[in-house]
Amino acid sequence: MALRQCAIYGKGGIGKSTTTQNLVAALAEAGNKVMIVGCDPKADSTRLILHSKAQTTVMHLAAEAGSVEDLELEDVLQVGYGNVKCVESGGPEPGVGCAGRGVITAINFLEEEGAYDEDLDFVFYDVLGDVVCGGFAMPIRENKAQEIYIVCSGEMMAMYAANNIAKGIVKYANSGGVRLAGLICNSRNTDREDELIMALAAKLGTTMIHFVPRDNVVQHAEIRRMTVIEYDPKAKQADEYRMLAKKVYENRNFVIPTPIEMEELEDLLMEFGILEQEDESIVGKKADELPVAATA
Amino acid sequence: MSHLTREESEALIAEVLDVYPDKAKKDRAKHLAVNDQSVEQSKKCITSNRKSLPGVMTIRGCAYAGSRGVVWGPIKDMIHISHGPVGCGQYSRAGRRNYYVGATGVNTFAEMNFTSDFQEKDIVFGGDKKLAKLIEEIEGLFPLHKGISVQSECPIGLIGDDIEAVSKKSAAAIEKPVIPVRCEGFRGVSQSLGHHIANDAIRDWVLDKAEAKAFETTPYDVTIIGDYNIGGDAWSSRILLEEMGLRVIAQWSGDGTLAEMENTPKAKLNLLHCYRSMNYISRHMEEKYGIPWMEYNFFGPTKIEESLRKIAAFFDESIQQKCEQVIARYKAEYEAVIAKYKPRLQGKRVMLYVGGLRPRHVIGAYEDLGMEVVGTGYEFAHNDDYDRTIKEMGNATLLYDDVTGYEFEEFVKKVKPDLIGSGIKEKYIFQKMGIPFRQMHSWDYSGPYHGYDGFAIFARDMDMTLNNPCWNKLVPPWKKPAESSAAAAA
Repeated sequence: MALRQCAIYGKGGIGKSTTTQNLVAALAEAGNKVMIVGCDPKADSTRLILHSKAQTTVMHLAAEAGSVEDLELEDVLQVGYGNVKCVESGGPEPGVGCAGRGVITAINFLEEEGAYDEDLDFVFYDVLGDVVCGGFAMPIRENKAQEIYIVCSGEMMAMYAANNIAKGIVKYANSGGVRLAGLICNSRNTDREDELIMALAAKLGTTMIHFVPRDNVVQHAEIRRMTVIEYDPKAKQADEYRMLAKKVYENRNFVIPTPIEMEELEDLLMEFGILEQEDESIVGKKADELPVAATA
Repeated sequence: MSHLTREESEALIAEVLDVYPDKAKKDRAKHLAVNDQSVEQSKKCITSNRKSLPGVMTIRGCAYAGSRGVVWGPIKDMIHISHGPVGCGQYSRAGRRNYYVGATGVNTFAEMNFTSDFQEKDIVFGGDKKLAKLIEEIEGLFPLHKGISVQSECPIGLIGDDIEAVSKKSAAAIEKPVIPVRCEGFRGVSQSLGHHIANDAIRDWVLDKAEAKAFETTPYDVTIIGDYNIGGDAWSSRILLEEMGLRVIAQWSGDGTLAEMENTPKAKLNLLHCYRSMNYISRHMEEKYGIPWMEYNFFGPTKIEESLRKIAAFFDESIQQKCEQVIARYKAEYEAVIAKYKPRLQGKRVMLYVGGLRPRHVIGAYEDLGMEVVGTGYEFAHNDDYDRTIKEMGNATLLYDDVTGYEFEEFVKKVKPDLIGSGIKEKYIFQKMGIPFRQMHSWDYSGPYHGYDGFAIFARDMDMTLNNPCWNKLVPPWKKPAESSAAAAA
C-alpha cells in the first residue's frame, strides 16, 4: 500500500502524544511499518515507543554537529516497539529562538535524507497544540500529511481548539491536498461527551472516528514509558486502541472541513448544557455595579 | 532641449504615470510634483516616507543599512557586529568610503566585517549565547577596541533574541560599552528608520552613560554632526572651522570615535550637515543639554560662505573676523576654479536622485559652476526635507520621491539632462543611454566634495565627466550621417 502521512493536532494537554503512540503501536502490532515524527520542542512524542525519557532530537544533534547538513539519517532515527521508527524534530527551550523553524528544518532534513522510504505504510506527525506560526503548519503543507486527525474531548476549550485547527486546514486544503480525516475523542468523562463530539464532527463535515474511553491503565503504562499495547496487550483499553487503529486503517472519509462560527459553537455547547445562556446585561459590569443592576 | 514649462512638466508626469494600474497610479502621483517656490509646506504638493510599491524598482535600503552602514559603521574605534546571517555584514562592509586614520585591525575597525554568521541552529535555538561568545572573542583578539555595537539583522527581531540582556552582561564583563541596536531590516519603509533607531541607541546607551566623564571645554567647541567623511569630506570641512578659530571636538560619524560621541554634550554648538540622518540626536541634545544646533552646507563657495558666516555669527567678533579672513584666503582659489570650469559647464542641466541630503545640498555647487538642477528627488526623505528643497529648486522643475526605475528613465528621456547625479544602481543604465553620469553617494571613488578643497575636485569631476570625448563616440560610423563620414574620409 502507498505511504499514508497523517498529522495529529489538538489542544495542548489533550493527550495527542499518548493517543498517537498507542495508535501507532496498534498499527505496528497489526503488521504496519510506521514512523513517528515528533514536531514539538518538548520532544515527548516517542518516549512510550522508545522507553526513553526524551529522544535526542534532530535540532540538538545538528547544533552539536555544527549544521543539519553534517547529520546522517541513522543519527536521528531510532527504532522502538514494533519496529516503529522514531524521530523528534526538537527545538529550543521555551522563550528563545524559533521552534517553528526547527520543525521546518527537521522535516526538510528527513525528506532530503530519504527517511520516507517506500517500505513505510504510515507516517504520523505529532504536532504542538496550536498552529502558532508557519513552522507548525509544515507537516500539512504540500507533499506532507494528507490526513489530519484532531484529538479533542467534550470540554469547551478543546472543541474551540478543534474548530480553530479546522480553520487552518481549510487554508491548506485549498492550496494543497490536505484533508480532515476525523475527530478522535479522548474522553474526559463529561456528560454525553460522545454525542457532543459527534455533533461537532457533523458540523465540521467529518466524523468522530473513535471514542477512546478513560482508563487508568493508560497512566500505568505511561509511568513505565510504554504504550498500553505493549504494557498490557490484554487490557480492554488496548482493544480500544486496536479499534482506533482499524478505523484509521480503513478510513477513506477525507474532507475539506466546514469550520463553524463562534456563535454556532456556543449554541452547540448550550444545547449540551456545557455553556449557560449568556446574560448580556452583566457584560462589562464590575462586582460593585451588579447588585444595583439586579435591584433596578 | 530647452526648459520645460509648468504645463509641460505636469504633462510629463501624467504621461509617465499613465502606464501604471489605477491603484499604483494614484499612489505614485502623490510622490511626483512640479516645483512651486510659493508653496510653504511640502506636504501640500508631495508625499514622502511611505512604503514603496510592490513590483516597482526602488532604490531604497533597509533599517539595518541606515544604522550599520550609515550612522554606526564609521565610528572607527568600535567594533560593529552584524548580528545575523553573514550576507548583510559582508555586503555592507567598507562600501561607503568613510575615510579614517588608524591601523585597521589594531585600533580601528571600520573596514572590517564582524558577524555572528547565523546558521540554522542559531535561528532555532537563539543566538544569545553565540553573541556573548563573539563579544568575548573580540575582546581577546582585538583588545584595543573601545566598545561594541550589536547591529540586528532581520532574524533577531523574528526570533526575539534578548540582545539587550547579552549586551548588559557582556559590557560588565569586558568593562566597555556594548550597545544593542534594534535595526532589523524589515522595520520601516527605508533606511531612514535605521538612522532614527541608531540615533536613539546613541542617546540611550552612549550619551546617558557618559555624562559624568571629565572633559575640559573651551568657549569655541563645536561638533560636526552628519558628515560621514566620504572621500575625506569631513576633513576638508573641519579645517575651515578650525581656521576660523573653532575647536572641533567631535566628528559624527566619519573618522569618529566613541570618545568624541561621549564628549559631544559638552559642545557649544552642534553643526549638522546631514539633517536627515542625525537631526534626531541634535534635537535630543538641544532638549536635554541645551546645545543649539545649526544646519550648514559646505558644497560650493556660495553656500560655504553663507554657512561660515552663519556659524561665525553664533560666536564672538574674533571668530567673525577670522571667518572673513578664511573666506578671503580661499577666494582666489575658488575663483580660479570657477574661471577654469564655468565656461565649460555653463548652462548645462543636471538631474539628481540621491539619499536624504544631497538632492538639495549640492544644488548650490552646481549653480556656482553655471549649471542648473532641473530635477531632483530623494530615496528616503521626509516632508521636512522637501520643505527645505522647494526654495532651492527653480519653478517648474521636477521633484520625485522614491522614484521608480521606470519613472526615472522616462523623465530622463524627456528632460534630456546633460548630466545625471545618482548612485551605482542607476549609473550604467544612463551611461548606456549616452548621458554623462556621476555617482553622488560615493563621489565615484573621488572626493572630497565638501569645503573649498572639495569644490575644486567637484568641479574637475563634473567637467571630466560631462566634457569627456567618449560621449561623441557613441554613434557607430555606419550610423553617422553621410556627409560627416565623407568629411572624415577626406
